[in-house]
Amino acid sequence: MQGVLHQILSGLATGGIYASLALALVMIYQATHHVNFAQGEMATLSTYIAYTMVTAGWSYWVSFIATVVVSFIMGVVVERVLMRPMTNAPVLALVGVFIGLLLIVNAMTGWIWDFTIKTFPSPFHSSTPLLGGFLSGHELGSTVVTLVMLLCIYLFFRHTSLGLAMRAAAYNPVSSRLVGVRVGWMLALGWGLAAAIGAIAGMMIAPIVFLDPNMMAGVLLYAFAGALLGGIENPLGAVIGGFAVGVIENLGGAYVVGTELKLTLALVIIVAVLMIKPSGLLGRTVMSRV
Amino acid sequence: MPALLEVVDLKAAYGQTNVLHGISFVVDEGEVTTLLGANGAGKTTTLRAICGMVRTEGEIRYAGERIEGKATEDVVRRKIGHVPDGRGTFMELTVEENMKLGAYTRSDRGVREDFERMFDYFPRLKERYKQQAGTLSGGEQQMLAIARALLLRPKLLLLDEPSFGLAPLIVRDIFEILGRIRQEEQVSVLVVEQNANLALALATRAYLLETGRIVISGNAADIRNDETLRRSYLGY
Ligand SMILES: Nc1ncnc2c1ncn2[C@@H]1O[C@H](COP(=O)(O)OP(=O)(O)OP(=O)(O)O)[C@@H](O)[C@H]1O
Ligand SMILES: [Mg+2]
Repeated sequence: MQGVLHQILSGLATGGIYASLALALVMIYQATHHVNFAQGEMATLSTYIAYTMVTAGWSYWVSFIATVVVSFIMGVVVERVLMRPMTNAPVLALVGVFIGLLLIVNAMTGWIWDFTIKTFPSPFHSSTPLLGGFLSGHELGSTVVTLVMLLCIYLFFRHTSLGLAMRAAAYNPVSSRLVGVRVGWMLALGWGLAAAIGAIAGMMIAPIVFLDPNMMAGVLLYAFAGALLGGIENPLGAVIGGFAVGVIENLGGAYVVGTELKLTLALVIIVAVLMIKPSGLLGRTVMSRV
Repeated sequence: MPALLEVVDLKAAYGQTNVLHGISFVVDEGEVTTLLGANGAGKTTTLRAICGMVRTEGEIRYAGERIEGKATEDVVRRKIGHVPDGRGTFMELTVEENMKLGAYTRSDRGVREDFERMFDYFPRLKERYKQQAGTLSGGEQQMLAIARALLLRPKLLLLDEPSFGLAPLIVRDIFEILGRIRQEEQVSVLVVEQNANLALALATRAYLLETGRIVISGNAADIRNDETLRRSYLGY
């Protein structure tokens, strides 16, 4: 029983990271109707940037904030430079750009920082187990960081005029232009936010999985499963889905399939959702736009 | 009265298909102008052309400036409110959010007051304030679209078939309110309609569009009173 509780809590901790990345995927999906396959690699690159700052002697939190800012700018630039010219391109061309971006970023991180596995520091002392030994300090701390970030994003989208304009631009670009919203820039800001969220997810997972250029590959798969499970068109659903996948992964890994086959669970979830309820458990029915 | 909007030899095309073949018209400051025409005449295209939503040739002068070729956002920010074909409701958002978007480009203090004025014109919007806009009836969505456009505090208001798809009673209500808006707001209006009778009653000047060409222009009251014209061109 204690074991199960432990698995659930620590599943929620990693689930928070899947939830963040799932949210990043959904934000871009809502605006473009495409999944950004490169989201994970962009997050990895961000984490390497943080690593460089920390090893250069900057304090952790200064590096953290600087990385979030740099990643945001990186996201905006990627949209403006790479995605913008592709606005009316056919689907396959876009998929090509996403995959190209993934490979380039991956190769670039490997080239700059080499492919050896590195340790990444956690700002939370993990030596003392918390909550009666159920959670490590890092698990608890990263969950708090994730929740604070999700709350900020929620408040931004619900209660600021810019957040409203970004949602409007994603739902209805034509009407948005007719009220004066600069739709192109809203898209770019969306990419920036998604990249910033990914950066935080990367910095929170790196102390657990260690830093290497392929660090996010598995994480992105879980995040994608979470986004699909909750509803790829529904940000709240995707966040809940991300947490759920974290718990399923941990319980399944501990009691059903074993740790080696854990990643298969993500694939099972993806295939199952796509076959049974493509809009996700909490999603609206997807209306295809013509 | 100087013209607020002056369109000269405007052509518009979708891909290879020419839809407007060089039309010219004016909207005077402080007046209601109507553009009449049957299905497919090019009325919607004309409004889209003004807002930079289709490819055009020719001149569009607005408040002493050429605005053709400008991005839609930039045209709108020059205070041109557009109630589009199909009403353009943000279905997933609430009535409140739809209205806030109308005032998105504004930072002056009058916004709160303007919301109250919209509720005065359209009390329904107040009742439905927190409701998802996609659940509104067609008439309510039309009211919302007009309110959204007015919340920009436009100098020029473009209305695309405000009567479209609505029951006669609702159409009467909406035109009554448009009459009030003409009196009370500092706005010039270009209204596109198939319902010629209603539009001519509201307007000062009228143009009749047939397959991308203007075939009649003149004083709205004169056209309304000219039975031969009415019968042969407007069909009532
Ligand atoms: N997006 C488009 N692509 C291609 N052709 C179009 C497009 N929109 C309109 N057209 C064509 O342009 C012509 C004029 O259309 P427009 O919508 O301006 O007419 P309208 O006067 O507004 O008609 P209605 O009263 O039915 O709204 C029509 O022949 C129509 O088929
Ligand atoms: Mg039309």
